[in-house]
Amino acid sequence: MKILKFLIPLGLFFGLVAFLAVGLKLDPREVPSPLIGKPAPAFVLTRLDNPQQTIRREDLLGKVWMLNVWASWCVACREEHPLLMQFAARQLLPVYGLNYKDGRAEGQQWLARFGNPYTASLFDGDGRVGIDLGVYGVPETFIIDQQGTIRFKHIGPLTPEVLRSRVEPLIRKLNG
Amino acid sequence: MASQGFFVKGLLLCCMAWLMASAPWVQAKEAAPAAQDPVLEARMMRIAAELRCLVCQNQTIADSSAGLAVDLRQQVRDMLARGDSEKQILDYMTARYGDFVLYRPPLKGSTAVLWFGPAALLLGGLVTLVVVLRRRSRMAPDMFEADEPEPDPDPQSGGTR
Repeated sequence: MKILKFLIPLGLFFGLVAFLAVGLKLDPREVPSPLIGKPAPAFVLTRLDNPQQTIRREDLLGKVWMLNVWASWCVACREEHPLLMQFAARQLLPVYGLNYKDGRAEGQQWLARFGNPYTASLFDGDGRVGIDLGVYGVPETFIIDQQGTIRFKHIGPLTPEVLRSRVEPLIRKLNG
Repeated sequence: MASQGFFVKGLLLCCMAWLMASAPWVQAKEAAPAAQDPVLEARMMRIAAELRCLVCQNQTIADSSAGLAVDLRQQVRDMLARGDSEKQILDYMTARYGDFVLYRPPLKGSTAVLWFGPAALLLGGLVTLVVVLRRRSRMAPDMFEADEPEPDPDPQSGGTR
């Protein structure tokens, strides 16, 4: 009975420590996306490099593809860019860009200057498709499967670790 | 030295005056798209006040001037103009950003702790308090230390209070 008196506060203390430790590890910016497992929103967007040519969601059905949201004003995108160049060069899947709230000229200049990893970039000047995709922290990366379902979302710059441990296994799985 | 102090103070005052003078200009710029339809604007702001700004997490979309918040206010405005109900708009937002965008989280299994946790803690505290007090009231008086006589606050005054 006497020992219980000491053990209860000790137990409560460790419980609190456990809660706080988990709380420290949580990143409040990492909002779980409700879009995983949902169909990608419908879109009809023009290509960044050609305002006459449109790409629709339906055009990309039947293959696994990556959508990388980027902008020329986005500092973290530049940070991510060399890795994305390397990844795209391996041609594991088509990588499409979503040029988010950018200007056509600025976007094209950026790609000319740093290199273009994208099969094509879709131009989303007013950010409407970005909102449909729940974009709030550029860069963001989605993987969309053959049926047009979103299977993966990463917020912030991709890292070699994320590509290796999550993206590549998922691509292998989806491509059967 | 003293004159230098005055100079710094004067400089600060000038800065403050300048900031105050420029503040209305900042507000005027942000409020620009409001004018057209005050009723719709008021409804939009009421809905925006329910939504969390994801890039500045302790603000609502109504409070924030971040790019995303401005866009989402525009989205709410457009949906209202199209005749969507408040519920449709909140559903639209949660479908994209999750329950996290709502400042008032919905009541469901995963949020039960959030809703009932504080009440449960309060109740637990009260129960503990009652148990401790009742146990104490049943103890014999000799279980407690006798009250110490209060020390004379001022021995010098000789008890004349």
